[in-house]
Amino acid sequence: MISFSSNTLSRSRSDFLLSESVRLLALTAGGLLLLVVAFLFHESWPALQGIGLSRFFSDPDWYPTDNSYRLTSMVWGTLLATTGAVLFATPLGILSALFCHFYAPPLLSRWYRRMVELLAGIPSVVFGFWGLMVLVPLIGRWHPPGPSLMAGVLILTLMIMPTIMLVSHASIAHVPIAYIHTTSALGFSRWSMIWHVILPTTKMGLFTGILLGLARALGETMAVLMVCGNVVQTPSHLFDPVRTLTANIALEMAYALGDHRAALFMSGLFLMGLVVLVVSTAESLRHQNTYVSAK
Amino acid sequence: MPFPVFFIFTLRIILVSHILWALPWEYPNARAEGERLIITGSSTMAPLVSEIGKRFETLHPGIRVDVQTGGSSRGIADIVNGLADIGMASRALKSQEQHLSGSVIAHDGITIILHTSNPVQELADDQIRSIYTGSITNWSHVGGPDAAITVVNKAEGRSTLELFLDYFHLSNRDVHAHVVIGDNEQGIKTVAGNPNAIGYVSIGTAQYDATHGIGIRLLSLQHIPATIETVREGRFPLSRPLTLVTKSPPAGLIKTFIVFAQSPQVHDLILKQYFVPLQE
Repeated sequence: MISFSSNTLSRSRSDFLLSESVRLLALTAGGLLLLVVAFLFHESWPALQGIGLSRFFSDPDWYPTDNSYRLTSMVWGTLLATTGAVLFATPLGILSALFCHFYAPPLLSRWYRRMVELLAGIPSVVFGFWGLMVLVPLIGRWHPPGPSLMAGVLILTLMIMPTIMLVSHASIAHVPIAYIHTTSALGFSRWSMIWHVILPTTKMGLFTGILLGLARALGETMAVLMVCGNVVQTPSHLFDPVRTLTANIALEMAYALGDHRAALFMSGLFLMGLVVLVVSTAESLRHQNTYVSAK
Repeated sequence: MPFPVFFIFTLRIILVSHILWALPWEYPNARAEGERLIITGSSTMAPLVSEIGKRFETLHPGIRVDVQTGGSSRGIADIVNGLADIGMASRALKSQEQHLSGSVIAHDGITIILHTSNPVQELADDQIRSIYTGSITNWSHVGGPDAAITVVNKAEGRSTLELFLDYFHLSNRDVHAHVVIGDNEQGIKTVAGNPNAIGYVSIGTAQYDATHGIGIRLLSLQHIPATIETVREGRFPLSRPLTLVTKSPPAGLIKTFIVFAQSPQVHDLILKQYFVPLQE
């Protein structure tokens, strides 16, 4: 076991104070997360007691004021919208990072990056508003009524692409310059350098970018609420409206009472579970990969 | 682990948990016990009345306003049985309730909205019902262009949804919606962006937006125009009075509260909930 006093070598008083206060802050940060989870459990406890966990899967549909609490279709909504966005945004983000680094002239590259940084800073409600006013009517003309899984996927793609691009860009910038010089000296073409050297060495960084984007897409609420249509159903194709778990909470929480309210906290708990599941899967994949590449 | 280290570690944990517990959690029961007003009833009115109650509490220190929900019928039953001081009913008093004393504090009215480009001028009640239950799916059936109707419905728990379903004798399961919206503004934006959409929102917001260049049109219902005035007069069919009910004509603290709830001092709270206040 690590001894708590001996990992600070200095015996000076100020060092002791510093290390103590830093530990205190770290414990607080960790404690807050535990508190959030505890709060979610506490608030959804009436639902777990009164309704029972199985009914969130086995009820015919979601009519909370009518005692019907199925959450499955919203879990699907969240998963499909997130997966779709990650599938679109990953190639877009990584390719634009590569473009910025290896293909674009320096001036263009700098401006391009600025633009993407700006895109990353736009609040989600603005994306949602734009989606509602521009994107949804466009999709509506093509495939009525318009608010749909497709609109959600596109908006989320726009929102997480900058994250993926910027993190990829940063990790590509950390590739040792010697690698690039060596591959040039060996006569690699630009693309085979990217494919055989850059991408393998930056794999972890790209992965982190995708993970961050994924987390943002899972938790996004406002934009999705505005463009997805929010009809509770498991979508059968891309142009069906869907409701995500986050949208469900935002739509109904303001006026929910009693069991309905507890059921909404339950959807928060489901979302939390999804995030834990996705992040831990991603982490374990990452460890496997590190192991393989370390061999 | 040597004892002093263990001691410091424990101390640290205790300290952290105290910091976390000291965060501003609200204990509603921890307030000073004083005179209490118990108000129960309509869940439509509860958010409004509890906001009014909070403002009343700050103006009258030592008085506690306790708002509980359970539906208009519970509000009436509770004052009849003496369990509450004031009942909330989001409807007018029925004929067998005339021995009670009711004071209207605001009106709730909703309007059907269409896109401005939609040529349909008026819809009969049963046409609207058929559109929302999915038996009419094309505007050409009701005198419009040949285009599929996009039905916009409200999310569960909202009073607008409840009033709408009540008026058209529908249950939420009967409604075949294409879009489900949360607040009024979102509904208006959805209809303004889709020429084939039909939706319903609170009249106050709709009238404000329609007169400020947003592309929606308010439909008359049973030939009565959808305006704030017709709602205030109680003439518009899709509206209801929000009533505070007492067992006997209000007196004392109860009267002070009801007069306060009817006064212009709470108009901002009423408008924030998209209801229509009594006076201009």
